[in-house]
Amino acid sequence: MNQVDVLVIGAGPAGMAAATRAHESGARVAIVDDNWGAGGQIWRGIANSRFTMTGVDAYWGAQVVARGSGERTLLLEDAGRAFELGFHKLILATGARELFLPFPGWTLPGVMGAGGLQALVKSGLGIRGKAVVIAGSGPLLLAVAAHLRKAGARVKLIAEQAATKAVSSFAFHMIRYPAKVTQAAALRLSLVGVPYSPGCWVEAAEGEGRLQRVLLRQGRKSWMEDCDYAGIGYGLYPNTELASLLGCRLQGNAIAADEWQRTSADGMFAAGECTGIGGVDLSLVEGEIAGYAACGETARASRLFGKRSRARRFADALDRAFRLRDELRTLPRPATIVCRCEDVRYERLRQAASFRAAKLHTRCGMGPCQARICGAATEFLFGWRTDSVRPPILPARAASLIIPEEFQKESSITQ
Amino acid sequence: MPENVSIEVNGKRLKIATGTSVAACLFQAGEFSFRTSASGEPRAALCGMGICFECRVTIDGRANCRSCQMLVRDGMAIRTS
Repeated sequence: MNQVDVLVIGAGPAGMAAATRAHESGARVAIVDDNWGAGGQIWRGIANSRFTMTGVDAYWGAQVVARGSGERTLLLEDAGRAFELGFHKLILATGARELFLPFPGWTLPGVMGAGGLQALVKSGLGIRGKAVVIAGSGPLLLAVAAHLRKAGARVKLIAEQAATKAVSSFAFHMIRYPAKVTQAAALRLSLVGVPYSPGCWVEAAEGEGRLQRVLLRQGRKSWMEDCDYAGIGYGLYPNTELASLLGCRLQGNAIAADEWQRTSADGMFAAGECTGIGGVDLSLVEGEIAGYAACGETARASRLFGKRSRARRFADALDRAFRLRDELRTLPRPATIVCRCEDVRYERLRQAASFRAAKLHTRCGMGPCQARICGAATEFLFGWRTDSVRPPILPARAASLIIPEEFQKESSITQ
Repeated sequence: MPENVSIEVNGKRLKIATGTSVAACLFQAGEFSFRTSASGEPRAALCGMGICFECRVTIDGRANCRSCQMLVRDGMAIRTS
């Protein structure tokens, strides 16, 4: 078994920053990600020269499925095998997923997350000449629209659910962040000619076997827009399953972390979007602090506290501006599927008193995604919280859960 | 320029650029039903990042592979259901 000083789970901006700083501090470091390389969702496929992570043991295409057999070990699985990693300190940088809200037709092929559609295009989906509607909430919509347009898509509309007033007050707030203004201006320029509609959202998606058009609503106006793909994401939701499994306390829907990015569990740190949605700048500085703090480099870590506070204020403004409107709770019709794994419809859920009751009576949340999609959706729709997390935290091969002694030795690999 | 790999989607031979994910490749091939849901609906990739499990397909005989998390490989056989 590979035994390291610092094990980082997740290789997005926070994880890369954490691994880099821990390695610079002299620690033996390993990093794990379920994607095929570093970068996370935001830097997918882009090499980042600031955080090369040379000298760090990297495990790509691997996911943590449970605690390992010993103290301070984790059980992982990749395409071919199961193995354990041992650590002295653990840094969770598990990021966030998009928040998906159910509406009639959201299960049609071609309806994806905004970030989801971008990820597909980055991994080779040809979008040239295709008609695309981008909808949901938050600045990610602009970044996605700009990227798709550059790749040749006909972006017909960006529908932002937040009202004009909220969006413009956010734009005003951004003046205090010059780098953000430059980014925003560049985005605007690359989106000339694409309508940006605040106070607008998708009410339904239609098509035969695949998406062909969406029904949009803006105030009293509603209309159909033909499209090949729709990228619809209502902001981000922290990935906290592993943290919960390891006994880290949550605060709201995110991992609770102190000023050193320490969680409530001994020797475990957390950084980035899994501790609350705040964007790439906050993720980076939290990652750096966690990397230093995990190695006892408190002086270096504390020098970054000011930078983190500034990034956090920006995150708060973001959160206020793009708060989700109540109308979105009324989109599902009785027959609209809410739990996509088990095909549980809205009419069967709205009677239930809690997520647990719904789960027991309808199998909601019991499919392979283990409530990662419907849990966040029903939290928004009904105010439910999902059950406690149980291992394996992702569908795992049976063979991975039974590791014979000799296999453990065999899996102590060097990369 | 990207090289091509040769793969099979539901028995049909295709040339696809190296570095393409299996999910992207299926859309490219016009295959919009990656799997059939519990109540018989066609489904395809939603989250694009390995969370939602909507994009699962059979790859080289192994069922339930998340197509958005895997890159095409020369000789790969992909089956939707």
